[in-house]
Amino acid sequence: MRISSGRPGVPPPLIMEESREGRRAVDLPEPDVPEAELPGRMLRESNPDLPEVSELDVVRHYTRLSQTNTAIDTTFYPLGSCTMKYNPKVNEMAAAEPGFAQSPPLEPEEATQGSLELLYRLQGALCEIAGFDAVSLQPAAGAQGELAGVLMIRAYHEQRGDAGRTRMLIPDSAHGTNPASVAMAGFEAIQVPTDRAGNVDAKALREACDERTAGLMITNPNTLGLFEQQIQEVTRIVHEAGGLVYGDGANLNAILGIVRPGDFGVDVMHFNLHKTFSTPHGGGGPGAGPIGVAKHLTPFMPGPLVVAEGDPLPWENEGVSGADGDRLLDGNSTAAASSEAASRRVYRTAMPPRSIGRVKAFFGNFGMLVRAYTYIRRLGPVGLRSLAENAVLNANYLKALIGDVYPVKYNRPCMHEFVAVGNVVEGIQTMDVAKRLIDYGFHPPTVYFPLIVKEAMMIEPTESEGRETIEAFAETLRRIAREAREEPELLHGAPHVTPVSRLDEVSAARHPVLCYGG
Amino acid sequence: MPYVANTDQDRRQMLERLGLERVDELFADVPESLRYPELQLPAGKSEFEVLEELRSVARRNSAASDVRSFVGAGAYRHFIPAVVPFLSSRGEFATSYTPYQAEASQGTLQSIFEYQSMLSALLEVDVVNASHYDGSTAVAEAVLMSVNVARGRRRDVIVSDAVHPYHREVVRSYSDRIDIRVRGDERERTAGELASLADEETACVVVQYPDFYGRVPDLSGVAEAVHEQGALFVVHVDPVALGLFRSPGSLGADIVTGEGQPLGIPVSFGGPYLGIFGCSKSLVRRMPGRLAGQAYDKEGRRGYVLTLNTREQHIRREKATSNICTNQGLMALRAAIFLAALGPHGLREMATLCYHKTAYAVRRIAELRGFAVHEEADTARFREFVARTPIPAAELVERAQAYNVIPGVALSRFDPQRTHELLVCVTELDSRADIDRLVDVLSRCHEGNAA
Repeated sequence: MRISSGRPGVPPPLIMEESREGRRAVDLPEPDVPEAELPGRMLRESNPDLPEVSELDVVRHYTRLSQTNTAIDTTFYPLGSCTMKYNPKVNEMAAAEPGFAQSPPLEPEEATQGSLELLYRLQGALCEIAGFDAVSLQPAAGAQGELAGVLMIRAYHEQRGDAGRTRMLIPDSAHGTNPASVAMAGFEAIQVPTDRAGNVDAKALREACDERTAGLMITNPNTLGLFEQQIQEVTRIVHEAGGLVYGDGANLNAILGIVRPGDFGVDVMHFNLHKTFSTPHGGGGPGAGPIGVAKHLTPFMPGPLVVAEGDPLPWENEGVSGADGDRLLDGNSTAAASSEAASRRVYRTAMPPRSIGRVKAFFGNFGMLVRAYTYIRRLGPVGLRSLAENAVLNANYLKALIGDVYPVKYNRPCMHEFVAVGNVVEGIQTMDVAKRLIDYGFHPPTVYFPLIVKEAMMIEPTESEGRETIEAFAETLRRIAREAREEPELLHGAPHVTPVSRLDEVSAARHPVLCYGG
Repeated sequence: MPYVANTDQDRRQMLERLGLERVDELFADVPESLRYPELQLPAGKSEFEVLEELRSVARRNSAASDVRSFVGAGAYRHFIPAVVPFLSSRGEFATSYTPYQAEASQGTLQSIFEYQSMLSALLEVDVVNASHYDGSTAVAEAVLMSVNVARGRRRDVIVSDAVHPYHREVVRSYSDRIDIRVRGDERERTAGELASLADEETACVVVQYPDFYGRVPDLSGVAEAVHEQGALFVVHVDPVALGLFRSPGSLGADIVTGEGQPLGIPVSFGGPYLGIFGCSKSLVRRMPGRLAGQAYDKEGRRGYVLTLNTREQHIRREKATSNICTNQGLMALRAAIFLAALGPHGLREMATLCYHKTAYAVRRIAELRGFAVHEEADTARFREFVARTPIPAAELVERAQAYNVIPGVALSRFDPQRTHELLVCVTELDSRADIDRLVDVLSRCHEGNAA
C-alpha cells in the first residue's frame, strides 16, 4: 500500500491510498467540562471516510505533491494576462501578523481599528493609483468585481428611470468572464470587433451605441497587449450615447504611474490584486477584485466601505477627486509619525445609500488586501512606475528577440505582453510548442487566447525577470522552432520530463471521475 | 528599485536592441496629456520599515492583545495544526496559477482532487468542487444554479431566516436584478414550514445546518416535501459540525454549500475563505466552478486535469453556468491538509469538544440572574447559541471590554429590533476556565460594576 517512491517530481499516491486504520496525525485533549448528552438520532452513523495517516505521512505527501508543481518561485512563468510576477515574502509576514490573521470580523469596530485602518489606507491608495473617487474592497475576485460593476451600472440606469438600457458592448478580444458577468447581471452581451490596428473598432462601436446601450466593458491595455490608441474617443462615444464605461483592470500592471483609467473616462473598474499587486495566485485563488468608481457611481457601490470619522462620505463629497493626501498618510514623515497620525483617527464602516448590496460576507478577502497594501507601501509612486516601465520593456525586448520566428501581427510597441502565433510549421500547433517549453524548464505562455488570434501564444514576462531570463527564454523558443522543423516528434510527444505526459482530457470529460472511488 | 531585476545597464542594452533611447518611447500610444500623473502616495520604504509600520497597524486590533473573544457569527476560531500553514505556504503551491497546463501542475490538481474526495466523503454527496470564494457566494451560486436547473422557468427561492444574514444579503444582490424572487425569511420558520411554502414556481429551498444561531435543525422529511414540489433542496453546512452530525447527503440535499473556513483557515477579518459547493451527479453539468478529474496519459499513468470545462466562462462566455474564474486552490489545499491531519476520529473529537463546551456555556449562562438561553429544551446546539441579556447586548459587549473579554456579537448588529440578544461562540479552543471567566464577566457587567 505504501508505495511512494520518494523521488522528487514523482507524485505520491492519493492520500486516501496511504491510509492505515488507526494511524493518527494530531490528537485533541479530553473534554475539561462535564459531558452533555448527545442527541442520538441527529448524529452521523459512521465517521466520515477520511484518511488515517501519521503527521510525517502528511508532511511527506504534500511536500512531494508540491514538487510536481511549477510556480513563480521555481520557474519563469510568462502566462499572458495573468501577471505572474514575484510575490514578495514580506507580504506573507504582514498578513500573518496575529493582529490581522486572528482578527474575528464581527468584533465591535472599536476592537478592530487596525483592520479598518488597513482597509481605509488601501481604499485611498487604489483610488489614487487608478484615478477614482472611491474604492470598494468587497469583491473576492476580478470576475466578482465585474459582476458588481455591471450590477452598479444597471442600478445607475434604473435609478435614472432609464431601464431600457440592457445591452453591454464587449470587444471580441475580451476575457470570457466579461460576457459571463454581463449575463449574470441580466444584460445582453453585444460583441464589438477589433480593427486592423488592434484597437476597438471605433466606427463599429459608434454604430452599436444607441438608447439600449448600458455601457461598454473594455480592457486597456487590451488582451492583444496593446494600448487602445483612441481610448478617449472610445469612452466619449459611449458616454455620449448615455452609457457607462466598465474597465477590466486585468492589465493595469502596464500602466501603473503611466496613466490612470479614471482619467481616460472609465467609470468603474476592478483591480486584480493577485495580478498587479503581487498577492500569490495560490493555484488559481484566492484573489481579490476591488472596484474603483467615479463619483456618480459611489451611491451604488457594494459595501460596507471604511470611512474615517470627520471625513465626508464619498457620495457626499462634492467635486473632490481621489487625491486626498490625508487618507493616504503623509509620505514625507517617518513611519512612527505616520502611524501616530493614523492611530489618532477613528474608523467605521458605512453602507452606500443605494448600494447594490453585499457581494460577499464580511470585508472582502482581507488577507489579500494586507498583502497588496504592503506591496504598495514598499514601492511608493516611483517604484510603481518602475514596475510598469520594466514590465513593458521586458515584453518589447522579448518580442524583438522572437518576432521573426513567432510572428506578432501588430507592428507597434506592445505593453506588458504580446500575442504571437505558435504554429511555426505545418503539423505543429501552439500547444506543441507550449508543451515542449516545459521540457526546458519554463512554464508555457497562455495559449489559444485571445480567441481572435488563431494559434495564439500570449506572453507576459513581467518586471520581475531580468534580461538574462528573457534571453534564455527567447533562445529556447527559437530552438523549439528549429526542432519543429527538424524533429517534430519531440514536440508532439512533449512534455517528456514531467511525472505524466499529455493526459487524455477528452476521456476524462466523457467519463468523469471526480473523487476517489467515484 | 524593489522587485525589479533589470539594472540600468540591462535597460540600456535592451533599449539599444529596440532602437530606442528612452523607455518613454514605448508609451507613445498613451494620450500625452494624461501621461505620468503625480501620484499622491507616500514614498516607498524598506522591508523592515514597512513591516514595522504594518505591525503597528495590526496592534490596534484586539486580536494582537490578550483579549478573549467569543465572537463567531460565520467566522470561527479553531485549532489549526502546524502542518497546515507550513505545507500550504510552500511556494510551489502558493505561487502557481490555475492548472491549465496539467503536466506541470499535478501538485495543485491532485490536492484539489483529494479535497473533492474528502469533502465528498464528509458531505456524502457525489461531487464537490473547490471553486467558490466563501460560504456566502456559494449559497448565491446555488440559488442561481437551481434556477438554471429549472431552465429559468422557476424563479422563486425560499430561504430560511436562520441562514446567515450576510449570506441572505448576498443571495439578494445576485438575484434582485434578474427577477429571482427571494422570500421565506420574513419571520422565523422551521424547515418543515419552509418546505410547505414551496410550489410549482419554486426553484429551491435553502436552509442552514447548523443554523446561524447554532441550532442543529431536524431535517428529516424536509427533502421529500421539497422534492414533491419539484424544487431542489439546498443545505448550507458547517464542515466541522459534520464530524458529529448527520451529513446533508444523507438528509436528501441536492446542492450542499458551506463555509470552509473552519477547516484550517484563519479568521483573518473575514477572508480569504473557501466556498464549499457540492451536488448530486445528475446536476454536475449545471454546476458552477472548476472541477478536477482523473485522467490517464498514453503510457497509462494516472494524473489529474481540469475537466467538464464546457460549462465555463472561458469556453462558453455568456452561456456559461457562472462567471467564476477562481479556483480557490490554496484554501482547498489548507482544508485538505487539515482533514488529512485530523482524520475521521480527530474531526469527530473536535466537533464533540465544541458540543460539550457549548452545552456547558449554555448551562452556566442560563443560571445567571437576568440571563436566559431560550428555546425548547431538546434543541441540539453546536458551537454557538443566543443568550437573552438583561441589558442591551451591545452595551454588555462594550462593558465587557474593560475585562478584556468580547462576549459575543450583539444581534442588533444584524437586526435593530433584537436588542437584548447576544450570539455567543464557544469552540474547542476555549477551556473551562475561559468559559467560567466569560460567565463571571457577564455577571459583573450586568451588575453594573464595570471596572
